[in-house]
Amino acid sequence: MRRVSWFNVTSLTFGLAFLYLPMVVLVVYSFNANKLVTVWAGFSTKWYGELFRNEAFLDAAWVTLRVAVVSSTLATVLGTAAAYVLVRGGRFFGRTLFSGMLYAPLVMPDVILGLSLLLLFIAIGLDRGMITIILAHTTFSMAYVAVVVTSRLVAFDHALEEAARDLGCNRWDAFRLVTLPIIAPAVVSGWLLSFTLSLDDLVIASFTSGPSSTTLPIKIFSAVRLGVSPEINALSAILIGIVTVGVITTSLMSKRAIAKRIRDENRAET
Amino acid sequence: MRRIALIALPYLWLLALFFVPFLIVLKISLSDTALAIPPYAPTLDLSEGWAGIRDWWSGLDFENYVFLTTDSLYWKAYLSSLKIAVISTAITLLVGYPIAYGMSRARDEWRPTLLMLVILPFWTSFLIRVYAWKAILAQEGFLNQVLIGLGVISEPLTILNTNTAVYIGIVYTYLPFMVLPLYAALEKLDDSLLEAAEDLGCTRMKAFWLITIPLSMQGIVAGSFLVFIPVMGEFVIPTLLGGSDTLMIGKVLWEEFFSNRDWPVASAVAIVLLAILIFPIVLFLKNEEKQWESDT
Repeated sequence: MRRVSWFNVTSLTFGLAFLYLPMVVLVVYSFNANKLVTVWAGFSTKWYGELFRNEAFLDAAWVTLRVAVVSSTLATVLGTAAAYVLVRGGRFFGRTLFSGMLYAPLVMPDVILGLSLLLLFIAIGLDRGMITIILAHTTFSMAYVAVVVTSRLVAFDHALEEAARDLGCNRWDAFRLVTLPIIAPAVVSGWLLSFTLSLDDLVIASFTSGPSSTTLPIKIFSAVRLGVSPEINALSAILIGIVTVGVITTSLMSKRAIAKRIRDENRAET
Repeated sequence: MRRIALIALPYLWLLALFFVPFLIVLKISLSDTALAIPPYAPTLDLSEGWAGIRDWWSGLDFENYVFLTTDSLYWKAYLSSLKIAVISTAITLLVGYPIAYGMSRARDEWRPTLLMLVILPFWTSFLIRVYAWKAILAQEGFLNQVLIGLGVISEPLTILNTNTAVYIGIVYTYLPFMVLPLYAALEKLDDSLLEAAEDLGCTRMKAFWLITIPLSMQGIVAGSFLVFIPVMGEFVIPTLLGGSDTLMIGKVLWEEFFSNRDWPVASAVAIVLLAILIFPIVLFLKNEEKQWESDT
């Protein structure tokens, strides 16, 4: 009964065009043979070749990847624990301070977080390098994990955990056998979110990195500060490609998982 | 026992890496600038025990904060950040609302795809999305080439390195943060309310203002804060797209720290920014809590 409204179709078309056009332009320019990025001089993939011969970029990419894997894993463990404690833990001393500290990094400007962490590392004499970036990224990512996991914990039926405990599970077994499988999709998306945030972060990494641990965003930023560069266009196109494939794959997978669950539920009913 | 460990682990982590650093910033903002490594002279010396605290208390001055008020650069930067954040939040809301509305009214089978299309740019590097606009807005960039090619303009427009480019960059990168909470609010809207209003003689426009807008208010508030708060401290967008006259406090803090190496002043800038933001941050968290309660 819903009519197709031209207003809605137009606003969606323009909105999505606005969101995607800049990325499409970037990808197209990455295949431009000309060193002057915006003046088209024929199709070429030479900038991709240049990029892969650039040791500095490859090193930075490797540092970034390692930081992202470790920090998102730590953030997932800590963030899930924090969410569980806040939703199921009942009252404890300093609960308000805890939830305040947990969620504040979500909205705190990066420059403040970066500055405060750097001053801490200097105060305790910790040399800046990969470790300090990992500590910093874990701290702000765990807030995102906690938000995602909390919404899942709130939504599912507490009675399931109670039933497991009535049937003889201790708290830990109930968590491991009942709660964890149910919140698993949220835990996974929390990890993916932290991973992306870590890959993406420039400001906090700039404050907390040392001379030997330049991350990819720091490298990109110093390269594009003064102008556009064809190598960065190629790098951007690669990153956009990876994200697109990743997002589409995970959404297809979750669609399939939902379809399977509905099928199973129907089968259980008959 | 396990419960204590479960609470203690994230708790101690946050105390050590969020709360303590904040106290250190506060302490350094009250210290004196010095030509040393690290470049400040602490005024609080805890190793002397009570005497140290008493000395600190009697010698306590807010010279770095006083300095912020005497140099017009700082308050101009705060005001200009505030202005840019307010205007760009309003534009993002105006651009985002029709998109979120269109998504929530789309056919059911289309909605997951539309949602994915709005989320996808959010997963793509923020830095790269800002950088993309450099190639579009430049003097001989994509936009000028298209407009000249179409005969709309004869001289290229100067957009890059102006505040206009900063607004475009902010609206573009923060749009998903506005659209997603708006969509979440609009999706829950019961169509029968609008039908009832129309049956009772409301025009569609009036029904929109009297029903749709108030019922999506939580989404409007959440989206606006999610844009406003980070934009206030934004560093990347004004640096890459703005000009030398684009003044934003995030950029000032960065330069104070990395270029001038004046840590006490940089810390004072951070504390004042936080003091400005604490009110919107608390309002935002309250709004989220309310949404939480109405959802469960």
